[in-house]
Amino acid sequence: MKKLMLGNEAVARGAYEAGVTVAAAYPGTPSTEVTETLATYDEVYCEWSPNEKVALETAIGASFAGARAICSMKHVGLNVAADPLFTASYTGVNGGLVIVVADDPGMHSSQNEQDSRFYARSSKVPMLEPADSQECRDFIKLAFEISEQFDTPVILRLTTRISHSRSLVEMEERIDYRLKEYRKDVAKYVMMPGMARKRHVEVEKRMALLREYSNTCGLNVIEWGSKDIGVIAGGIAYQYAREAFGNVSYLKIGMVYPLPDKLIAEFAKEVKTLYVIEELEPFIEDHVRKLGIKVIGKECLPVTGEYSSQLIKERILGIRQETSSFPDEPIPVRPPVMCPGCPHRGTFYVLKKLKLTVSGDIGCYTLGATPPTDSVDTCVCMGASVGMAHGMEKARGKEFGKKTVAIIGDSTFIHSGITGLINVVYNKSNSTVIILDNSITGMTGHQDNPTTGYTIKGEPTKQTDLVMLAKAIGIERVRVVDPYDLQEFEKVVREETEADEPSVIIAQRPCALLKRVKHGSPMKINVDKCRKCRRCLTIGCPSIANKGDRIEINDALCVGCGLCTKLCSFNAIEKAGEYNE
Amino acid sequence: MNKISIMIVGVGGQGTLLASRILGAAALKKGYDVKVSEVHGMSQRGGSVVTYVKLADKVYSPIVEKGEADIILAFEKLEALRWIDHLKKDGKLIVNDQRIDPMPVITGVAKYPENIIEKIKVNYPNTIAVDALQIAKSCGNLRTVNVVLIGVMAKSTDIEKEVWIETIKEVVPQKFVDVNIKAFEAGYNA
Repeated sequence: MKKLMLGNEAVARGAYEAGVTVAAAYPGTPSTEVTETLATYDEVYCEWSPNEKVALETAIGASFAGARAICSMKHVGLNVAADPLFTASYTGVNGGLVIVVADDPGMHSSQNEQDSRFYARSSKVPMLEPADSQECRDFIKLAFEISEQFDTPVILRLTTRISHSRSLVEMEERIDYRLKEYRKDVAKYVMMPGMARKRHVEVEKRMALLREYSNTCGLNVIEWGSKDIGVIAGGIAYQYAREAFGNVSYLKIGMVYPLPDKLIAEFAKEVKTLYVIEELEPFIEDHVRKLGIKVIGKECLPVTGEYSSQLIKERILGIRQETSSFPDEPIPVRPPVMCPGCPHRGTFYVLKKLKLTVSGDIGCYTLGATPPTDSVDTCVCMGASVGMAHGMEKARGKEFGKKTVAIIGDSTFIHSGITGLINVVYNKSNSTVIILDNSITGMTGHQDNPTTGYTIKGEPTKQTDLVMLAKAIGIERVRVVDPYDLQEFEKVVREETEADEPSVIIAQRPCALLKRVKHGSPMKINVDKCRKCRRCLTIGCPSIANKGDRIEINDALCVGCGLCTKLCSFNAIEKAGEYNE
Repeated sequence: MNKISIMIVGVGGQGTLLASRILGAAALKKGYDVKVSEVHGMSQRGGSVVTYVKLADKVYSPIVEKGEADIILAFEKLEALRWIDHLKKDGKLIVNDQRIDPMPVITGVAKYPENIIEKIKVNYPNTIAVDALQIAKSCGNLRTVNVVLIGVMAKSTDIEKEVWIETIKEVVPQKFVDVNIKAFEAGYNA
């Protein structure tokens, strides 16, 4: 049976068919649906781990214990999980172990555009890269076999356009995979210098075998067409190249590390002009050059952003797409915004009003950096807000610290903010950390986390108590407040930033998109009362529009949260009748 | 079999993803090779969103590029204008006559262009404007704007009406099937 599946869903399907029984991940666009889909299979134990490092350690443990295990993350998540990755490369596996990493060329939903293929090379772990959903399903099954055959973790690399494109997938039944025997094996599983030195030698032997395998495994294939042009490409770049070049010859790369040296040489010998088409860094291209083969790549094509077939046509074949002069007027951009009813809106209104330096973090609330609630000063990586606020105070002193707060979501705090907070206490800064507790992992599309009290499968579990947690590590000032109570929230932020000791403010209000959050009827502006002072526009609600001569509330967008009514000095914002849905 | 490239554009939260899922599933029933490229994550939060749907005997790239779209289904006027250069000269634009101000317009640093639909019609005569929000309201659920628009578009494809209805039954949650079929019919007959 053929089904239309996201690349991520197909990865999950393939892992399921391969007999995977343990899956761990931290959500991150564009990788999240791999684990969400796996969670729909009863036979697979699935979890949202607190971060990618814990997720990978969970998967490594499961592999040592004899199971086939999978661990998924976005590209920057692999930075967090890099520590276990490099040593798991030495230990090798027992049951098959596959790490799925999704890069985000073009940064649709990321803070950088790193190319994870370098991780494969530096950790000496083979990497496969599918070019559509069918290959996602096929390659991950093969990845488990490679993992066990060569005693190595395997990385499956995806990019946004593979993860989030749907195409047809042929499915099979799940294999009957039996747990492998677990045997204590200190020389293999305890990586102290004496053992690790021996394992490194094994890794190099393994790499030599894999370099041969890459030529013959069928993951890298030559498709002969006209030999005037030869194109080496894999993943989504192969699809763009196919459309741009048409009937030329292709060396389609499915195993991107180690690369198939013999195949590359054989292919290059036959074609007149050789191109490498790859998004981001010249990973394949540099390798081809190292083999002494003449090739054209990044001198024509960028290392930034996504590719397209038109880009390839234009830069390499010199074919320009006709452009129209219409539209000939500026088109306003439409950046993402906090949703109507978003609890963060209250927080940022107050932080902006108080003119604080705001050390920001990763989540929906990064949008607090954009007008009109533009109060966020920084965003670097998961958990960075806390460590950076601490560092700012150490650089500029206590008075600056009193004008500074860190803001971090509940899930991000658990991911890696907590270590920063322990540091704040231990190394004596006065930081004020505001945990934006919206009861869910929001930006990635609503995943549970240790603070929500539910597992990925929706089973009730123990709930991390943020108040007790903060107190246990030595924060004596912990306040819980609703950010929609603007007066109270402002008062609490003033008091805590003034205090001569560190404090935690838990801004508690659930995400407006949660099903259990009930909305009221939409609001409307009473034109007789409205004085057009525009104060309601300062909270950046997408449902309040400035129509020039009047202010209007869009009843199709407004969820009736009522935050705007608290700002209006003239009581001009009223409920607009009945509630639709 | 025809090669058809379709774009669904709108504002995050308007239900463009569900529309592309219905379209992809219906095309699959018809026997096409299908690729649907979606946007998740950050851009879904009220930002400009675009989904590409390509149907052919064999589809390689999932992306529809400038001047390649046979049909653009726009959930909002400004988004229609933003993506109109992706439409073929003789391509069809179906645009929902709804205005959602982006934040730069709300904050007053940019102006929402005037008379968008009239201007587009001069350059792309094959343009159909519908007030899908009003139609969805009359069907009893504002959230069915996406299916109303699918209904309008359905007539421009070679996929039969029965196939569309069957697909909607499969794709939307059980309790919303009736209202969505009603919305589809209203769009189809609009």
